Amino acid sequence: MSALPATTIAPLPGQGPVEILRLLDGLDAPTLWWLSGYAAAQASHAGSAARALPTVPAREAGPQERLTIIYGSQTGNARRLAEKLAHDAENAGLAVRLLRADVYPQRELKSERLLYIVISTQGDGDPPDDARGLVEFVVGKRVPPLVDLKYAVLGLGDSSYPQFCAIGRRLDARLAELGATRVLAAGEADVDIETVATPWLEQALGAARETLKTAAPRATVTALRPHAANAEWSRERPFAAELLVNQRIVSRDGARAVHHVELSLEGSGLTYEPGDALGVWPTNAAVLVDAVLQTLQLDGETRVTHAGETHSLHAWLSTRRELTRLARPFIAAHAAHARAEDLNRLLAPDRNSDLAKLLNTHQVIDLLREFPAVWNADELVAALRPLTPRLYSIASSRRRVGDEVHLTVANVAWKAFGHTHAGTASTFLTSRDDGARVPVFIESNERFRLPDAGTDVIMIGPGTGVAPFRAFVQERHEAGARGRNWLFFGNRHFHDDFLYQTEWQDALRKGALHRLDLAFSRDQESKVYVQDRLREHGSELHAWLENGARLYVCGDATQMARDVHEALVDVFVTHGGLDRESAQAHLSELIQQGRYARDVY
Amino acid sequence: MTTTPSHLEEIKAASRFLRGGIAAGLADPITGAISDDDNKLLKFHGSYQQDDRDLREERRQQKLEPAYSFMIRARLPGGVVTPSQWLAFDAIAREHANGTLRITTRQTFQWHGVIKGRLKPTIAAINASLADTLAACGDVNRTVVSSANPLQSSAHQIAYEWAARLSEHLLPSTRAYHEIWLDGEKVAGDEGESEPLYGATYLPRKFKIGLAVPPTNDIDVFAQDLGLIAIIENGELKGFNVAVGGGMGASHGDPTTWPRLGDVIGFVAPERLLALATGVLTVQRDFGNRSQRLYARLKYTIEHRGLDWFTRELEQRLGFALEPARPFAFANNGDRYGWIEGEDGRWHLTLHIAAGRVADTPGQPWLTGLREIACVLRAAASHVQFRLTCNQNLIIAGVAADDRAAIDALVAQHALDAYRAQSGIRRHALACVALPTCGLAMAEAERYLPELLPKLEAQLARHGLSDAPIGLRLSGCPNGCSRPYLGEIALVGRAPGRYDLRLGADFRGQRLNRLHRQNINEAEILATLEPLFAQYAHERSTDEDFGDFLLRAGALAPEAPRTIPATVIA
Repeated sequence: MSALPATTIAPLPGQGPVEILRLLDGLDAPTLWWLSGYAAAQASHAGSAARALPTVPAREAGPQERLTIIYGSQTGNARRLAEKLAHDAENAGLAVRLLRADVYPQRELKSERLLYIVISTQGDGDPPDDARGLVEFVVGKRVPPLVDLKYAVLGLGDSSYPQFCAIGRRLDARLAELGATRVLAAGEADVDIETVATPWLEQALGAARETLKTAAPRATVTALRPHAANAEWSRERPFAAELLVNQRIVSRDGARAVHHVELSLEGSGLTYEPGDALGVWPTNAAVLVDAVLQTLQLDGETRVTHAGETHSLHAWLSTRRELTRLARPFIAAHAAHARAEDLNRLLAPDRNSDLAKLLNTHQVIDLLREFPAVWNADELVAALRPLTPRLYSIASSRRRVGDEVHLTVANVAWKAFGHTHAGTASTFLTSRDDGARVPVFIESNERFRLPDAGTDVIMIGPGTGVAPFRAFVQERHEAGARGRNWLFFGNRHFHDDFLYQTEWQDALRKGALHRLDLAFSRDQESKVYVQDRLREHGSELHAWLENGARLYVCGDATQMARDVHEALVDVFVTHGGLDRESAQAHLSELIQQGRYARDVY
Repeated sequence: MTTTPSHLEEIKAASRFLRGGIAAGLADPITGAISDDDNKLLKFHGSYQQDDRDLREERRQQKLEPAYSFMIRARLPGGVVTPSQWLAFDAIAREHANGTLRITTRQTFQWHGVIKGRLKPTIAAINASLADTLAACGDVNRTVVSSANPLQSSAHQIAYEWAARLSEHLLPSTRAYHEIWLDGEKVAGDEGESEPLYGATYLPRKFKIGLAVPPTNDIDVFAQDLGLIAIIENGELKGFNVAVGGGMGASHGDPTTWPRLGDVIGFVAPERLLALATGVLTVQRDFGNRSQRLYARLKYTIEHRGLDWFTRELEQRLGFALEPARPFAFANNGDRYGWIEGEDGRWHLTLHIAAGRVADTPGQPWLTGLREIACVLRAAASHVQFRLTCNQNLIIAGVAADDRAAIDALVAQHALDAYRAQSGIRRHALACVALPTCGLAMAEAERYLPELLPKLEAQLARHGLSDAPIGLRLSGCPNGCSRPYLGEIALVGRAPGRYDLRLGADFRGQRLNRLHRQNINEAEILATLEPLFAQYAHERSTDEDFGDFLLRAGALAPEAPRTIPATVIA
C-alpha cells in the first residue's frame, strides 16, 4: 500500500493533512503499518476512560474485507484475549480493527461482515461496565437485521456463579436471532481462561482467514499497548520486582490481615497510571504443594512433560498449576478417578447451585482429601488448570513513589475441613521477606482513569477497594489538581482496619483529600456500610455529580458494588427528582460516558 | 519576671468557660483523638486522652493512629461510694472501659480505655449514678480527699461531710459540662455565664485539698495544696489546723522544682472553713504563676513570696486572723487491714487492692467478687458504704456484726483476703498507673510492682524483716501521683527500667525522703538496699521505722539544694 486515502484525514485542521501526507510519502509498508497502530494507541491513550474515547480513526479496509473485534472487559482478561486475536489476525495478514465496546460506533454494526466479540460476564449475569451500552443496543429493539453478518462470540465467566457466561450466551443467541451467521460455536471460558480460550482463538483465526481469504493485507488500527515502554515485560514475560516493604496495616486485633506491599520497578522501564492493576504471578505455598503430594502419595521429583514443557512435579504444582481455585473440568476428572458418583452427579445441569457451593467452599486439596483417588503425575498436571496471575489495583502514583508500585493485599485465610486455607497470591505476597522477587506485569485499565485536574472525584472504596484511591489522591495532590476529592471508606472496625488511616488524616490536613466519610460496620449494634453513608450525604453527593464529579467504585463486586449502585439510584430518586427507572437509566448513561467507573472483582 | 501568659492560659481564656472545640472533636469520625487544645480543656471535665504506648510504634508502622482512649476520673469527695454506685461503676468499667476500676491515690475511681465514641455515654452513666467527673482534673480544685479512718466513725463522718461541702463549694459554675455530656440546654455564647470564683482562666494549676483526722494521716495531708487537720476533742469537731503549700511534683535534674510539704499556718473554726478554703484558693488564683506552668503550684507561690506574705494576704482577704495551731500527732500514713470495730459498734473491713487495680485476673477475680459483695450490701442497711483510701485500698464500712460472715465468705471466695499473708512492704506499697496509658510515664510503675515486690520480699525475708511495715512508693515519672517523695523507699522513673532511688521519709507523712541513687537499674536498686536492710535488721531500736532508722544511722545523702529561678524571683 502507499499513502493513506486523503478522506480519512480530512477532519484534520489546517495544513495538517498536507504535512502528514508529505511526511508519509515514501515510507515502506511495515513503517506505515506501525504508524497507523501508533496513532491509534495515541488516540486511545489520550482519550482516557474519563471521557468517551474518540472513535478509532483510519478505516482503510472496507467492511467487506475486514475483521472487527469488539471486547467488553472488566478486569482486562477479555481485552487481553481480544488483543491477542487481533495481533494474530494481523500477523496472518488480515485486516482487523479492535475496539472496546463503549467506543464501537453502533450504527456500523449493520455494515460489518465479520465480527468477533470477546466479552466477560460480571457477578450475577451483568455485562462489564464498558459493554453495557453495546449489549443494550444488540438485545434492544433498535438493532437492524444482520443477515449479512458472520460472527463468533467468546464469553468469559466464572462457573461458580449460576449465570455463567450469560452475556456471551445472550449476545451469541441474539445475533443469530437477528439473522447473522455463526462461524464458530460460542466459547465459554471459565476462570482457567486459557483452557477454553486458546483453542477457541485458534479456531476463530482459522475461520477469519477462511472468511476473508480474498482480502489483501491492510494497515490495522490495533492499538499498541498504551505504554510502549512496557512492551519488554508482559503477562507472559513478567518482571521480577524486588519486594521493598511488606507491612501489615491492620491492628494486632484485626481479624482479617491486610498488608501494604511495596515493590520496586527500578530498571524495568515499567510504567503505570493510577487506576491500573499489577498482575502478580504467585507461587503456591510450599505446605500446600507438599499436602497435595502427600495426599496423592506422589513424588515431587517425578519429571512431567506437558504441552512441550518438562519440569518436576513439584515445580509444576508450585508455579504452573492452580491448587486453590477449583474448576469444573478437574471436578469431573477427579470424580472419575475417585469413582465418586456423588461428586459426578454435581455436574448435572440441574445441580448448578450445589456445584457453585462446592466451588466456593473447596480447594483442590479438599477434594483430594474428601474423595480419595489414585492419580499419576502426568494425569494430574494435565487435569489441573494452569496457574493464572492475580490482579491487584495499584495503590500508588508514580508521581509520588517513583519507580515503586504499591499494593493493598488482603491476606485471605480461613479454617475449613480441619485445615487452614489461604489464597494463593495473598499468601505469596504477604509471606515474602524484604528483598524477595515477585514476578509482575502491568495490566492497564483505561476505564478507570482520573479526569482532568479541575473535575471533582467521588471515590467509593471499602476494604482493600480503597487501593486505587490511594493512588488517585497521591496523583491529584502531586499534580496540583484543583478538583475536589471525596472518599467513602468502610471496613469492620475503626480501631483495627481503618486502612491507611494516618495517610488519609495527613491528606485531609494538606487539602489533598477534601472529604472522608467512614462506615465501620461492626462498631455499633446496627451495621453501617458505605452505601448508608451515600444515602446519608445524598444531597451533597447529588450536587457534586450534577456539578460534573466523576464517580469511582472499587472493591467487592458481588455485594458491595450492587448495594452502592442501589444507593446511587436512591440518591437520584430522592435528590434528583427522578423515578427509579430514570435514575437507573441516568446511571447507565454515566457509566456509558465513563463518569461512573467501577473496578470491582 | 516572665509575664507572657502560657499557651494554656490562652486556651482557657478562649474556651468560653471550658467548651472549646470539645463537642466538635467528639463528633469527628476520622480520628479517635481530639485536638491538643481541647484535650487540655477536657481535663477540667474529668477526663484526658491517652494512648496505649505499648502499641504506639506498631500502629505507626501499620499506618494507624495511636490507640487513643480516654481516662475518666470521678469526683468522689472523701472516696465514699454507695453499693448502688459501685454496681453502676462496675458496669461502666465492663461496658465502656477496659474492664477494670482503678482506685487512685486521691481515693477516687478512674476508668481507662474509654474510646472517644463512648466518652459521652460513660460520663452520662456516671452522672446517672449520682456522681460526676467535673473538676476531677484540670486547673481547679480537684476532688477533696478525707481520712477513710474506720475506727472513729463519727470523726470520719465529720471529715467526709466537710470534704463534700468543700468540693461542692469550690466547683466551677460553667454549664459546659452539662451541655457537652448531659445534653443540657445550651447557653448562648458566654452571655449571662460567669465563673464568680475562678474567673475565665480558672487557676494557674491544679489545686488539692485534703482533710486528715489524727492520728491517721492516710491522706498525706502535707502533700496537699491545702491540708486540713481536724481537731476533735471528746467527739466534737473544734476546727482545723491549716497547712498550705504542699505538693509532690518535680522535674528530674531541675533544682528549681521540688516536692514540698505544707506548712501549718494556724487554726480555723468549722464555720470559717469554706471562707478559708476560698481565701487560699483565690490568693493562688491571683498570685500563682501563669506564665510558667512548671512554677504554677501554690507551693512555688509561697516559696517565692514567702509564707508570711501568704498568711498576711490570706488574712487580709478573710478579714480575720487565723488562730494559733492546735497540737496534733499523726501515728502513720498507712492503712490498717482486716476487720475493725468502730466506736459505733459497726464493722469495717479494709482490703488491700494492689496498686488500686480492681480487675478480674487469673486466681484473683476481684472485680467479680466486689460486684457480688456490692449486691449483698445493696440489700443490707443504707449506712453500709465503700470507702476508697488514698493508699489505693478499699474499706467496706458500716457492716453489722451479723453480716460479716457473708462478706467474709465472698472475700475468701474471690481471693480478696490476700493481705492476711502479705509481707509488710507489700501491704504498704503504692504505684501510679504509668505505662502503657499515662503519657508522662518514663518507666513502668503499676506493672512493675508485682515483679519488684517478690525480689524485695526475698531480701527482707533473709534479714527477718518480712513483717516490717516499710512504705514503698513507685512512680513512673517525677510528677508524683503516688506521692513518692513521702515513701520510706521510693522509685521515681527515669527511663525504661531505670529509676531514682529515694530513701528516708518517715511513716507519718511529715518528712520527705531524699535522693539516694540516681538513674539506676533493678540490680543496682537491690544491691543498694541489701546492706541497708541488713543494717536495719541488726541495729534498729524497738518499733523504729525504716525511714527513721536510715536518718538516725546517717545512711542518707544530704538534702538536695533548692534554687529559685531568677526569672521567678525578679
